[in-house]
Amino acid sequence: MKAFSYERAQSPQAAIDAAARKPGSHFIAGGTNLLDLMKLEIETPAHLIDINALKLDQIESTPEGGLRIGAMVRNTDLAADARVRRDYAVLSRALLAGASAQLRNKATTAGNLLQRTRCAYFYDTNLACNKRSPGSGCSALGGVSRQHAILGTSESCIATHPSDMAVAMRVLDAVVETLQADGSARRIPIADFHRLPGKTPNVETELKLGELITAVVLPKPAGGRHIYRKVRDRASYAFALVSVAAILKRDGSGSLAFGGVAHKPWRDVDAESALPEGAKAVASRMLKDAKTTKHNAFKLALVEGVIASVIREAGADA
Amino acid sequence: MHESADRLPLTRRHVLQIGAADAAAAAVSPGLLAQQPQTAAQTAPVILGTSITVNGEQHALELDTRTTLLDALREHLKLTGTKKGCDHGQCGACTVIVNGRRINSCLSLAVMHDGDSVTTIEGIGSPEDLHPMQRAFIKHDGFQCGYCTPGQICSAVAMLDEFDAGIPSHVSENLEQAPAINDTEIRERMSGNICRCGAYSNILDAINEVAGART
Repeated sequence: MKAFSYERAQSPQAAIDAAARKPGSHFIAGGTNLLDLMKLEIETPAHLIDINALKLDQIESTPEGGLRIGAMVRNTDLAADARVRRDYAVLSRALLAGASAQLRNKATTAGNLLQRTRCAYFYDTNLACNKRSPGSGCSALGGVSRQHAILGTSESCIATHPSDMAVAMRVLDAVVETLQADGSARRIPIADFHRLPGKTPNVETELKLGELITAVVLPKPAGGRHIYRKVRDRASYAFALVSVAAILKRDGSGSLAFGGVAHKPWRDVDAESALPEGAKAVASRMLKDAKTTKHNAFKLALVEGVIASVIREAGADA
Repeated sequence: MHESADRLPLTRRHVLQIGAADAAAAAVSPGLLAQQPQTAAQTAPVILGTSITVNGEQHALELDTRTTLLDALREHLKLTGTKKGCDHGQCGACTVIVNGRRINSCLSLAVMHDGDSVTTIEGIGSPEDLHPMQRAFIKHDGFQCGYCTPGQICSAVAMLDEFDAGIPSHVSENLEQAPAINDTEIRERMSGNICRCGAYSNILDAINEVAGART
């Protein structure tokens, strides 16, 4: 790990001020992904600003009937919150499907959104990776790509976003609230928060230099049956091959967001409008531009399979 | 090292470090700089004072900021019961309880635990006065090589508190009811602790005995 200086910020404003003062700063929340990457020197911040004391650890009701989730709310606490369990069950389910209890006790809401890919070629500093070292090439393209993306990929990168929570946030149409470096607040819809790789897979989100996530806001509950289905290589504590966050209505309509298929949580509103026609109709619309490798072509069938599975589950409960 | 760096602000090593960092900064695209401000020049090691209470005893430590909680426990406080397995949060051997919650001590910086209260396996029980979970692991042979055992036991003890707090899991059938304590729930909740010897069925028996005795 490279050496770094450290300070503990006491307020969001103090945190962004500190970041502006010290070039090479990085905010640290739970640290469960950042420290992993710092040990491998994939991340090499010169200065860490600890934001654990910012008091952004509350979940509050909004005037619109939704919830404002503080950036520092731990994954365990968010999943266990009675309002989330009752009104946003897909979010509880997605959180509980991710990582281990130890990690969920530390990992935060904002940090979860900012997780970096688990692509093995991003992690292996001996190999080319456009995300880690722009312009060096993509080792995954000719490599073992079983875990990799099939939608929204580019010549530069076929990595996936690893988060389960973010997939649920996408189906719930959450909004990310931030404090920008100039002290002004802004709201970024989750649909726009994560980027596709394009030619700059190293730029993963819309956040600007020194910008701090302060909260994630959920709109008022949408009702419906909430399901999170995750398919992975072992029954627990593994990243998704394919996952789906589903909110399904009694009339057969609904919303779907997918993990494990793209560089960001994937939502296709046109495809999900075919839900009343069944899984095959949704999958064929959603996957018409899919690009697979010989290792991950199985994800095409898996996507259809998880859609069929959640439709069946919702139907069984109706 | 910190003191000598203060007295000699510009050593040869320092110059080489700055030179290398400048070269690295020049090689990256503007996009990378915007996304990854951490490509700025590296600093010399930074030492900070940190006060951590471990197993009820307060310790004032002077630590390189890079020191993980795990290394602070093992290398500085010589509490070697907590084990380093993967050092990347994948195996759970380093599990300790901080302010009542189990975490991976390898994925946490010691300086971030200033003022915190940590319980390690040495604080769970002693050879003379074993914790019920330790006794159950011995009785049921919940280990073979024993390397993952301190993490398994710390994790299991904290897990029972999570049941008490009503925290649901991936396998809880109903999110709005108190979770049942059964094999499926325990297996899921202990999935962050890997046992290379595969003593899982005995670990499950040990935890079940303690969980059953409590309810």
